[in-house]
Amino acid sequence: MAATLNSYAAEWERAERTHSRNRPAALTRIRESALHEFLSRGFPTARDEEWRFTSIAPIVDQTFWLSSEPAAGTLDVDIDALRLPGTPAAELVFIDGRYAAALSRHPTLPHGVRVESLAAAVASRHQAIALALTRVAGFEHQPFIALNTAFLSDGACIELAEGAIVEQPIHCLFIATGPVNGEAPMSHPRSLMLLGPNSQASVLTTYAGPAGATYFTNAVTEIVLGEHAVLDHATLQHESASGYHVDAIHVQAHRSSTCTLHAINTGAALARNDVVASLNGEGIECTLSGLYLADGQRLVDNHTTIDHAQPHCTSREIYKGILADRARGVFNGKIVVRPDAQQTDAKQTNRALLLSEDAQIHTKPQLEIFANDVKCTHGAAVGQLDDDALFYLRSRGLSAADARQLLIHAFAADVLARLPIVPVRARVEERLRRHLAGARLAA
Amino acid sequence: MLEIRKLRAGANGREILRGIDLSVGAGEVHAIMGPNGSGKSTLARVLAGHPEYQVTDGEVRYDGQDLLAMDPESRARAGVFMAFQYPVEIPGVNNTYFLKAALNAIRGARGQSELDAMEFMTLVRDRMAHLGIDETLLNRPVNEGFSGGEKKRNEIFQLAVLEPRLAILDETDSGLDIDALKIVAQGVNAMRQPDRAFLVVTHYQRLLNYVVPDFVHVLADGRIIRSGGKELALELEEKGYGWLETTVGS
Repeated sequence: MAATLNSYAAEWERAERTHSRNRPAALTRIRESALHEFLSRGFPTARDEEWRFTSIAPIVDQTFWLSSEPAAGTLDVDIDALRLPGTPAAELVFIDGRYAAALSRHPTLPHGVRVESLAAAVASRHQAIALALTRVAGFEHQPFIALNTAFLSDGACIELAEGAIVEQPIHCLFIATGPVNGEAPMSHPRSLMLLGPNSQASVLTTYAGPAGATYFTNAVTEIVLGEHAVLDHATLQHESASGYHVDAIHVQAHRSSTCTLHAINTGAALARNDVVASLNGEGIECTLSGLYLADGQRLVDNHTTIDHAQPHCTSREIYKGILADRARGVFNGKIVVRPDAQQTDAKQTNRALLLSEDAQIHTKPQLEIFANDVKCTHGAAVGQLDDDALFYLRSRGLSAADARQLLIHAFAADVLARLPIVPVRARVEERLRRHLAGARLAA
Repeated sequence: MLEIRKLRAGANGREILRGIDLSVGAGEVHAIMGPNGSGKSTLARVLAGHPEYQVTDGEVRYDGQDLLAMDPESRARAGVFMAFQYPVEIPGVNNTYFLKAALNAIRGARGQSELDAMEFMTLVRDRMAHLGIDETLLNRPVNEGFSGGEKKRNEIFQLAVLEPRLAILDETDSGLDIDALKIVAQGVNAMRQPDRAFLVVTHYQRLLNYVVPDFVHVLADGRIIRSGGKELALELEEKGYGWLETTVGS
């Protein structure tokens, strides 16, 4: 691992020599201390409880490079197929984590709404932005967040003033490039979403890359919801089947806000998603829904934490996984109910559908309840396709393949139906079909 | 149309059917009666191709084809339909979508063109009206949350839409009140025609008051112990199954 850490240190130094001149000192200090944290602790290992079932050896064992070229025109990705149909409020496109103005769209935004690249936000308001960064997603004991913070330079920055409402969705599209001369690229997108009191927004964040390309995306998103703010955020992780995706979304929610997060994972050789929602006011409604699909030898790991710190909050969590071939899934759902958080109403469900004998799921609900007047339930179910249902469909003339497809689709249907942006549903359904058509299904 | 010879079948290593012989001609309605555990439903499921049952001996010819060699969907496409005793609830699968996919799969196998959405809805509305089925049922997931009676009516509705040549009704009457039973029977009677056969599996004679069979067969312990006309059903109702089991006394 030491060799890898050295390579990250060397990349950091190299980037520092090239870019540090225009950077505000406050940001440099954050980057330096994050690098120090990362280098002193290194990557997590299987001995770390949070990483027990997810070996990150494929990431640790290779060297990734910051791509030095500015966004190239010869991108091997069909961007138009990834764009949000219709007219989004804004569409920010990033190539290897770097904002690509020419590919982005900025229709007129309503008053009080700022959508720009983090780099631009830092350039124009470095003190305010530096103050906001790392407040929600701290990097102590968080190796990947530390790594992201060490390389922090760009990402999406969305700010809504008090009472601002964006009706159309905002799309953040992160596209990775593939290896150049055998050097696989990495990116560390850092996004901020700051919603003032009574504001409302719907945000879609898409991650993708060239089919079959090896690269490493290590994203961190920090979200602050003011009082009565409403956010619906969906992550579509469509990375290349040889890509590595590590993603942390940390939310700080205040009184009576509504936080809905969707996590749709269909890509990556290895995907690890951490969602941490801190409910720091009364009357917050937090909904986490997830759908993950893995085939081949891929691995998808979802770790979620909902921290009920104040009374009268409601959280609903539903994660569903579909695992084919030799794929593996990990689900760890932690719900913390602190002593003050009376009248908490928390419900967690996670279900996995195993389509082959060799597919595996490690699932663990983790409830830590320190208040006595609360309602907390959790349920986990792992199963195969229902033989009786399969027979019923086939007895009406549907082929075995169509019957399976229909049942798999039905399994995912309720999570998909929650996605507020309708074209996104169709896009995910298409991914499901495409992946499962190639997967070896259990007879 | 259907020729069953010396059929032996079971599940989980336990033999249930111990040599069934039965001929069903086009246009005929055959009732299979018998006490619980006699093998009536097993016979229905074996004919539909339920994977839980293994055939150990004998053969089944359907229009000259080896029915037992066909997978369930091929049987359905060839015109075999079983109305389930316990229709399966399938959350997340829309009833209309399912029925349209089924109908078009069957039409395709018959060399007919697929119905478009408009043609399909016209057909479906017509069949629903005949069976007194509420249209809201179409937009619900298959059988999910249906009452027992709704599930049974939905089976007959599917039968009416898919228009099979051999319809097997597996205890379709169980759990239906008398009004629902009459509606179901009307639906079945409306489907009777010279090129379509029915195999009506039932425990009670009640349904046969409304769907009058041409032949009645009594099944006990995996064998047909008596065959006769429709009057056999009345006799059974009067004297009970015990009468036959003792008189035949094997």
